[in-house]
Amino acid sequence: MTLGTRPAGFDVDPSLYRHLADAQVNVELDTGDMILNLGPQHPATHGTLRLVVRLDGERVVASDVVIGYMHRGYEKLTEFRTYPQITTLINRIDWLSSFANEVPFIHAAEQLMGVEAPPRALYIRTVLTELSRIATFVLFLGEMGLQVGAITPAFYGFRDREYVLNAIEAATGGRFHPNFNRIGGILTDLPWGWIAETRESMRKILKSCDDFEDLVVANPIFQQRTRSIGIIPAELGAAYGVSGSNLRASGVDWDLRRDGKPYLAYNDLDWKVWTHPDGDSFARYWVRLQETRESARMVLQLLDNLPAGPVMAKVPRIIKVPEGEVWVNTENPLGEMGYYVVSKGATGPFRVKIRTASLSNVSIAPWLLRGVYVPDVITVLASLYFILGDIDK
Amino acid sequence: MTLADLDIGWGWTLAIKTVIVMGLIPAGALVLGYTFLLKMMSHMQSRLGPMDPGGFHGWFQLIGDGIKFMQKEDIIPAGADKRVFKMAPAVVVLSTFLMFVVLPGGPDFVVANLDVGVFYALAVSSLSVIGVLMAGWASSNKYALLGSLRAAAQLIAYELPLVLAVIGVVIQAGTMNLHGIVMQQADGEIFGWGGLGNPFILTQFVGFALFMVAAQAELSQPPFDMPVAESELVAGYMVEYTGFRFLFFFIGEFGTAFVYAGLAATLFLGGWSVPFIDADDDIMNFLGPGVLFVKIMLVAFLMFWARFTYPRLREDQLQALAWKWLIPISLVNILATGALKVAF
Repeated sequence: MTLGTRPAGFDVDPSLYRHLADAQVNVELDTGDMILNLGPQHPATHGTLRLVVRLDGERVVASDVVIGYMHRGYEKLTEFRTYPQITTLINRIDWLSSFANEVPFIHAAEQLMGVEAPPRALYIRTVLTELSRIATFVLFLGEMGLQVGAITPAFYGFRDREYVLNAIEAATGGRFHPNFNRIGGILTDLPWGWIAETRESMRKILKSCDDFEDLVVANPIFQQRTRSIGIIPAELGAAYGVSGSNLRASGVDWDLRRDGKPYLAYNDLDWKVWTHPDGDSFARYWVRLQETRESARMVLQLLDNLPAGPVMAKVPRIIKVPEGEVWVNTENPLGEMGYYVVSKGATGPFRVKIRTASLSNVSIAPWLLRGVYVPDVITVLASLYFILGDIDK
Repeated sequence: MTLADLDIGWGWTLAIKTVIVMGLIPAGALVLGYTFLLKMMSHMQSRLGPMDPGGFHGWFQLIGDGIKFMQKEDIIPAGADKRVFKMAPAVVVLSTFLMFVVLPGGPDFVVANLDVGVFYALAVSSLSVIGVLMAGWASSNKYALLGSLRAAAQLIAYELPLVLAVIGVVIQAGTMNLHGIVMQQADGEIFGWGGLGNPFILTQFVGFALFMVAAQAELSQPPFDMPVAESELVAGYMVEYTGFRFLFFFIGEFGTAFVYAGLAATLFLGGWSVPFIDADDDIMNFLGPGVLFVKIMLVAFLMFWARFTYPRLREDQLQALAWKWLIPISLVNILATGALKVAF
């Protein structure tokens, strides 16, 4: 498998999109229009993203995304850690869905070692991955409301995330950074009573998804603010490397859980990939709402069919990964996440390349923000849904 | 009995009236802030914080907030136009005080019973935009400037439907005097039956809806809060204000909401009058303020309900709503009211 795995049929000629080439703004020299500096400390960027926009009145003439305020050098740090230590680090890449970050890396290590986790461990990993997806998405569902000016959905989002975080904490001991995966399985089995409680939480999530549908999606002002704003054409999105729900909202039926190399327990499940033909901010909200529901249903299914057995395969006490290279990519909440691991047979990797979804997702922002109004800058950025740790690594 | 009958001289009369206005506006702002911002919003949004301070139902929250604001350092940005920057919050609050002057709480319970009361109230309400522009310009901050220009454009656009919505009431009442408008409603008849009077909301329901929408925009509350827009302009023209000056804006916001709710209650819901009691009776000087207060809370409930429910419009969508929908509808409303007034 090569690094740049993209859905078939998306070869694009960049010259068709004229302002691709001149998307860079020379902010130091230009003095014509008003230059507004959004960030690095700004409520809409949820983190330290800096956005320099050149305004003509309220209309954006050009914009430049400045990243790197949170660069922590994870790719370099992994070279000085052993494999079990690295999961602690990569938890913090996308801090909203930490558990999902661990999965592709652990898979890469397992593939190099030729170890396979027992089915029960795979199922529990799938449950926790979907739980972290829900935790990420309900926060988005509320956050997006906040960015268009409605405060109430944000509180509902935080309330719902609490149900999920409680479940994750009960199973793993960590709310945000579980560090629960081990090479060859997971740390421990689920605690007693966890399954019943999680079922109850998933029903609550499904109910509050209906609330979001009524309160936000059906709201005429919300539709006015998001429909046909920030449209990503499918080909261009794929060319920029946009992935995940952002690409599915542009009508691309592509989900690594179904279309990628089989991983976790997704092939045993009955589920659906949601797409929306419009590609605008509204479509991105709608797709994430449907995916939250789908994830909650997947968790219910998984809990019904949870196999018995051990949660840990036989692995040596000191983990040494044989020489080799492997590329593993998975469908994380924010999009495609991948690790290219090069091993020279030591206790730690020789080199790790981390492909994060947000970096590619946000790279299309300067193209999207041309000609929109200042309030739309916020909705477009919010609907792309990036996490700063996921951009800067 | 009025203050003039007491024969205590104009100086004392003025002093008493000033104390009433100066006391009632902040008190009204606090009541609205406590009831709606802290209690209703907490229930609607399942917030826990405002229910905690002080033990019983979070009664201490508002007082604590006030103490916090007073403790804060009074920061004036280095590049600011200092005198204008300091004056701006006062100008914003001033318009609220001036509006309150004509609001009647009883047959004689009013600071100034002007013949052109409605006209006066709506005219001074637009003074606040000067304060907002001063604040935005003097802050020497791009966000503040954008916010204040948005506020100016918005207040000018919505002044028109606000005035046009009230014209229907003025035509029907035949007077611009707020006392006269209340008396018209108290003495009115519904198809010859005068038991309940005839609050103008029954005939001017279109006007009432327009007035509420336009008032919401004048207050720059969601869904019309682009001037403050905390997620994009980071509170707009208020961004550089701290401590007590910020509190002034806060009091101005809620005080103005209080006065607009009072105006709506007076124009459409019969003001201080209640059925079965003669509205011009002396007793209403004591009962009236209470009655008006209940009606104000009803109207304010509608305002804040919308505030906590809706997302915010975009600036161009807001202008389109005003010029393409509200103003034509209010013109049709005036035409219909005028025709019916002539016909009956």
